[in-house]
Amino acid sequence: MKPRAHTIIGLLAAAWAALSAQPVAAAEDLVVDLSAPVVAITTGFTGADLLLFGVVGGAGDVVVVVRGPSRDETVRRKKRIAGIWVNRDLITFEQVPSFYATATNRPLNEFVTPEFLLDNQIGVRSIELKPKLKGLDAVEVARFRDALVRNMQKQGLYARQPGNVTFLGNRLFRTTITFPANVATGTYGIDVYLVRDNKLISWKTTLMTVRKFGFEAGVFDFAHRHSLAYGVLAILIAAVAGWLAGAVFRRA
Amino acid sequence: MQIYLPIAELSVNVFLLLGMGGSVGFLSGLFGVGGGFLMTPLLIFIGIPPAVAVATEANQIVASSVSGVLAHWRRGNVDFKMGIVLLAGGVVGSSFGVWLFTLLRGIGQVDLVIKLSYVAFLSVIGGLMFSESIRATLRRRKQTPTKRHHHYWIHVLPLKMRFRKSRLYISALLPLGVGFIVGVLSAIMGVGGGFVMVPAMIYLLGMPTVVVVGTSLFQIIFVTANVTVLQAVSNQTVDVVLAMLLLAAGVIGAQIGARFGSRMQGEHLRGLLAILVLTVCAKLTYDLVVTPEDLYSLIDTGDHR
Repeated sequence: MKPRAHTIIGLLAAAWAALSAQPVAAAEDLVVDLSAPVVAITTGFTGADLLLFGVVGGAGDVVVVVRGPSRDETVRRKKRIAGIWVNRDLITFEQVPSFYATATNRPLNEFVTPEFLLDNQIGVRSIELKPKLKGLDAVEVARFRDALVRNMQKQGLYARQPGNVTFLGNRLFRTTITFPANVATGTYGIDVYLVRDNKLISWKTTLMTVRKFGFEAGVFDFAHRHSLAYGVLAILIAAVAGWLAGAVFRRA
Repeated sequence: MQIYLPIAELSVNVFLLLGMGGSVGFLSGLFGVGGGFLMTPLLIFIGIPPAVAVATEANQIVASSVSGVLAHWRRGNVDFKMGIVLLAGGVVGSSFGVWLFTLLRGIGQVDLVIKLSYVAFLSVIGGLMFSESIRATLRRRKQTPTKRHHHYWIHVLPLKMRFRKSRLYISALLPLGVGFIVGVLSAIMGVGGGFVMVPAMIYLLGMPTVVVVGTSLFQIIFVTANVTVLQAVSNQTVDVVLAMLLLAAGVIGAQIGARFGSRMQGEHLRGLLAILVLTVCAKLTYDLVVTPEDLYSLIDTGDHR
């Protein structure tokens, strides 16, 4: 997944050329692109690095936010019952991103206020996570919310620390987005913000896809679309394998 | 070398899986057990979602039982009539088990039920085997004759059937009941259930030992096949790639284990197996009782997709 250096420079040069061609009025503009629009999950998939690069039209700091496809997520709390830890209380959150990562060119607290982060949902503390049921105790919701973020971080799906955006000169920047092996499939949104004086100057949204390819995709689709045939085939394969093993070792 | 498992949706080291398959296969060949009760907890320990571990293990047991039953069939050690009655109970039991499993998964309690079932069954079976093997060792020294147990109450039950191969004339309700219970266990625990069925066949039904293993394997093939199909349909949790990897190493391990096993004394083998069973049981109990690192967890209810 890691493109070679000269390709990156080539891409950056192309981006720079594109931006230079723009009229002066669009000087605040932002151009962003990815080294690949698709992350392919194949047999040997152990995660992937994607290169995001771009050009800023003017001075400012760059914030990159990557969000995975969202889904409902249920958090449960264990309680000790008769000496055994059992899942009891639960809160289901709606529209929880399955992946969340940020990257900046310097620590966020050096150039924006916490309110700014909250308004733009930048950083794991600012992601808007609403419980499905209304009217729950706010303290409890906060506890479950923290637990949700903590568990996602433990699985490597929410980044603990913002990544680095590196400037090459004044205008060109790049950053690497790392996806772990357990990343969810679907459409990912990447927002790139240009921030100056605690204000949002410009932003761009790029979409990318995580997809299973080849054998992996075939097996998964087959299992979900034709689950009965999949089950029957699974036992046929097992029966033949078992019979073969028996026959081979009988001879030996 | 990592491999991405398409249904479990995570990437695992191939050699770890082959090693697990081989080791459990070796033990199953050595002790003459299916190994599902060891493999399923091991898969859960390495991070495979319990729902996938249970369903996939059922698929693997189909294969190991087929290769096992062939040898017994050639020697004529399968009581097909008994097998079919056990199977009738097993199909109903395993269907009920998968339904229960899906229900429990929906309310987020399936992990707990899987673990509690393991603790309950492994402690009872392990304890019984351990004390039996000690008694057998002592008996060998004293050279006292053994008595066969007779359960007179079972002769009162209706629907009597004749099982020629097992030389039995007993109520069909007994094998049906045994089959049902083993079927439920198979669906919930991802095991063949031989470790429950074999003692039940010997001590409860009174079957001759020589036909017990072959007949139980015969029944296990179809019950685990039923579990595989039902799990595939209702939960989509059967990972064929995982099953095939475990299987490939498992059959080789089982052959090596069987050769080692033939050189050891029966009661010593049972004693060792009992210790193994009790160890797995102790580990699972410990995990249930010790305060978890994080009281909060994300629950896979299977309805994301």
